[in-house]
Amino acid sequence: MSETQAGSSPVETDYQRVERSEEFQSLRRAFRNFVFPMTALFLVWYFLYAVMSVYATDFMGTRLGGSNITVGLVFGLLQFVSTFVITTLYARWANDRFDARATALREEIEEGEL
Amino acid sequence: MNGVVMAAEATNVGNTWINIGIFAAFVVVTLVVVFRVSGQNKSAADFYAGGRSFTGTQNGTAIAGDYLSAASFLGIAGAIALQGYDGFLYSIGFLVAWLVALLLVAELLRNTGKFTMADVLSFRLQQRPVRLAAALSTLAVVFFYLLAQMAGAGGLVALLLGVTDLAGQGVVIAVVGALMILYVLVGGMKGTTWVQIIKATLLIVGAGVMTVWVLVLHGFDLSGLMQAAVDKAGTDAILEPGVKYGVSDVTKIDFLSLALALVLGTAGLPHVLTRFYTVPSAKDARKSVVVAIWLIGLFYLFTLVLGYGAGALVGPEVIKAAPGGANSAAPLLAFALGGEILLGVIAAVAFATILAVVAGLTITAATSFAHDIYASIIKKGEVSPDGEVKVARWTVVVIGAVAIVGGIFANGQNIAFLVALAFCIAAAANLPTIIYSLFWKRFNTSGALWSMYGGLISTVVLIIFSPVVSGKVDPVTGASLSMIKDTSVDFHWFPLDNPGIVTIPLAFVLGVVGTYLSKEQSHPEKYAEMEVRSLTGAGAEKATSH
Repeated sequence: MSETQAGSSPVETDYQRVERSEEFQSLRRAFRNFVFPMTALFLVWYFLYAVMSVYATDFMGTRLGGSNITVGLVFGLLQFVSTFVITTLYARWANDRFDARATALREEIEEGEL
Repeated sequence: MNGVVMAAEATNVGNTWINIGIFAAFVVVTLVVVFRVSGQNKSAADFYAGGRSFTGTQNGTAIAGDYLSAASFLGIAGAIALQGYDGFLYSIGFLVAWLVALLLVAELLRNTGKFTMADVLSFRLQQRPVRLAAALSTLAVVFFYLLAQMAGAGGLVALLLGVTDLAGQGVVIAVVGALMILYVLVGGMKGTTWVQIIKATLLIVGAGVMTVWVLVLHGFDLSGLMQAAVDKAGTDAILEPGVKYGVSDVTKIDFLSLALALVLGTAGLPHVLTRFYTVPSAKDARKSVVVAIWLIGLFYLFTLVLGYGAGALVGPEVIKAAPGGANSAAPLLAFALGGEILLGVIAAVAFATILAVVAGLTITAATSFAHDIYASIIKKGEVSPDGEVKVARWTVVVIGAVAIVGGIFANGQNIAFLVALAFCIAAAANLPTIIYSLFWKRFNTSGALWSMYGGLISTVVLIIFSPVVSGKVDPVTGASLSMIKDTSVDFHWFPLDNPGIVTIPLAFVLGVVGTYLSKEQSHPEKYAEMEVRSLTGAGAEKATSH
């Protein structure tokens, strides 16, 4: 985002000052760099599965090694696995990396240091 | 529908008194809990958000309770039993959708809002028009979702209590509605949350026991279980995609449309969003979603086994002939496994599911009406919190009455269609504006109104002119498959059952178009406040009670 605010109120608010700060900018960058690519990834993976389920039915209906388990079922179960994995990765990242920085910034704001 | 008429001749499975007895025990236990926790239900934060004092794990369990409705329990198990793989597709969309809530919505919403979705949407836009639009779309989603639950109650009654005439079912629907009003009035959000927690635990444990039981009977061999289902069905088509959605090009696109609505709808469901306000912080909101994802995912894995288990042990012919049709697959499987007692437990859990979900929906709608429409729009914010909560309580009674009347009227309607409609409205009318207002600085009031009203109206209009309302005829029997049973009435021109593939992208585009067409001054200071608060939690609402 640009740092000059055309047409904004003449006096900069505290929140705008925080928003411009390097600490906040890097926090936001870290957040978006994690969640945006991850969102794109799981949506593409999900729609790939959905499209294949209706347009690649022969492939998805292929039996694996003489059993009744089909490629489609395995793909479907992998959607469960990927959801659990992304959930765990995000929770770990947020708990270990994000929270401390967000809390520090919040305390600075609430104590009026920024 | 078909089941209700045939129920008179069909043998009623199970012991009605055991079913009623176990359900009554659930009601008594939950009522005691609701009365015990409702001691300090005074402030708006208590009534609307349970004092924001639930832990992440408790709230996550309650979210699973809210989300695993009768449609997902009875509907998905039945769909897998009859359609196999194509039934399984539903559950995947319902689960993956939670990642949208986890990554993009839950924590940011908790940090910036107070009680409703509209709090967040109107944060940096013009309060009154945006609140009104958000409240209307909240009420629309809740209305269709509520109708689905109440409509399901009628079919369930036919199967489980042996009540087969429509008047008798109407009485039971009224009892369910009256109980729900009592829970919500007495317990507020806190009581409702505890009902959800108890119900989710029962549901997941019950489904888990049945799953293990089915697997034991088949030597923990999933392939063997599926073979038994194939033998019973007489076709192996249930192992492959295509039974339901592979019929034609239209059904294929219909499936993709449904897939889109499911994955983007969850994070726009108002009764899910309000749950994020019941915890003390964004960190707890995150924990809630993590717990909910594990529980919901586990549950859908159970339904895969239960669905094929019902196909193998009960068989599609018996399921189709039973009162309630596909929805009876899970209860019939319970009867086949554990006789009257297990059926009684599962029946009670299914009822509890309807009761709890209806309670969660009602408190959401009441909160939205009292907080967004009454306090902010009619009274322009000049109302005491007590007055607002009083209005919310009256709204609960009104919504309960609407749900009872609507449920009696909609008895026998297709549950899955009503739920899919609710998801589609949530995805088209709510999600684009939620995403834009959180992440797009240039977004303004005009864009929000274009997107919300555009998404809401286009979805409802396309549904009205779709085959689910009129003109869909079963090619084999010649019977109507639409809402309007008279096959000579046919005014449909939109080919798909689910309009999501048109209306969801449309709503996203309208948000951009509306934004650029308006000359509205942007408010960089409000956006800065929203952005900083949403990520850091500065100034977020604190817990009020413990």
